[in-house]
Amino acid sequence: MAQARDLGRRYIKAFLKGFFVAVPVTVTFLDRVACVARVEGASMQPSLNPGGGQVSDVVLLNHWSIRNYEVQRGDIVSLVSPRNPEQKIIKRVIALEGDIIKTIGYKKQYVKVPHGHMWVEGDHHGHSFDSNFFGPVSLGLLHARATHILWPPRRWQKLQPVLPPERKPLLTEQE
Amino acid sequence: MFQDVLGKTFRLLGYTIQYGCIAHCAFEYVGGIVVCSGPSMQPTIQNYDIVVLDNLSRHFYSIQKGDIVIAKSPSDPKSNICKRVIGLEGDKVCTSSPSNFLKSHSYDPFLNINGKSQPSAPRQEIQGSEKPTQKKSRLARPEAARGSQKWSLTDQYTYCYPSNNSVIVLSVLF
Repeated sequence: MAQARDLGRRYIKAFLKGFFVAVPVTVTFLDRVACVARVEGASMQPSLNPGGGQVSDVVLLNHWSIRNYEVQRGDIVSLVSPRNPEQKIIKRVIALEGDIIKTIGYKKQYVKVPHGHMWVEGDHHGHSFDSNFFGPVSLGLLHARATHILWPPRRWQKLQPVLPPERKPLLTEQE
Repeated sequence: MFQDVLGKTFRLLGYTIQYGCIAHCAFEYVGGIVVCSGPSMQPTIQNYDIVVLDNLSRHFYSIQKGDIVIAKSPSDPKSNICKRVIGLEGDKVCTSSPSNFLKSHSYDPFLNINGKSQPSAPRQEIQGSEKPTQKKSRLARPEAARGSQKWSLTDQYTYCYPSNNSVIVLSVLF
C-alpha cells in the first residue's frame, strides 16, 4: 500500500517536473524561433493559396531571422494587421525605409517610405488588404518571415524573396 | 574525468535553457520590471523610475484611455516609448499648438518624370521628433483628423499601473 502511494507521488512529481520544463521551452520556441501557420485568403495568389478555397497552404514562419528587424525587399512576411491587432496578415515586402515607390490605388501616387517603416503588398493586386490601403507600416509590427511551404506536399518549396520588376522602387536610399 | 566535465556542462546548459525559457514566458505573458528614462512623462514618471509592467491586459486587449503604455517606437522598432493613451479607435483628438506637433512627412518627389525631376515643397513638416521634451506622442488607432500617418499600437506593449496623479490631457503629437 505504502509502496503504491510512493509510486503515485513519484509519478506526479516526475510529471510536474516534465511539465514545467516542456511547456516554457515549447512556448519560447514557438514564440521566438519558428512556428507553423495556415494561410487564408487570396491576397497572395499565385504565390500562396493558388487553389482558392480548396486547400490552404501551410507555411513555416521563422521568427529568428527577423529578431533584428532585417528584411529584404521581396520577402514574404507576416505582420500584425494594422486594422485588427488580433489578426496577422501575410504579405510581400515591396519597399524599405527611404525608398520612393509608385502606389496602386493609394491616396498619394508616390510615397517615400518613412524611417523605420516598410511597404507591403499582396501579390494579388486589387484583392489584397495591404499598404495600398493603410500606407507604410512600422517594422515593429513584423511578426515572422515565411520561409517554406509545408503543405500540401506537392507544393513543398522554399519561398524566394522575389520582387516583381514592375514593383521595384523608383529610388532607393542606397543609390 | 572528461565525461564528468561533459556531463556537468550539458546539465548546466540544460538548466540555463530551462530557466531562460521560464523567464521569457514570465516576461512575455505575465509582466516584469523596467526602467524608464527620459523626461517626457514628467511629473508622472521621472527619469530612471522603475515601473512594474502588466502584460495580461495586452493579451486580453483591454487597454483603456488614460493608461500608460509602453510600445515599440514607430520609427525605431528596437527602442520602446512610454506614453499615455489619449484616444482609442473612433475618438477624435485635438492637437495643441504647432510647436508640439509631429506630422508624417510626405511629398511628391517627381512632378515631371521626363528627365527633369523637381521635388515639390513638402506639404507637412516633421518637427521635434528628436526633442524629447516635445515628444508626447499619442498611441492609438483613431480616425486621424488630418489623414496623417497612423501609428498602430504595436503588439509589443505592456502597461504600468497609472500613478496617483490625475489624468493630464497631454497635447497630442500626431
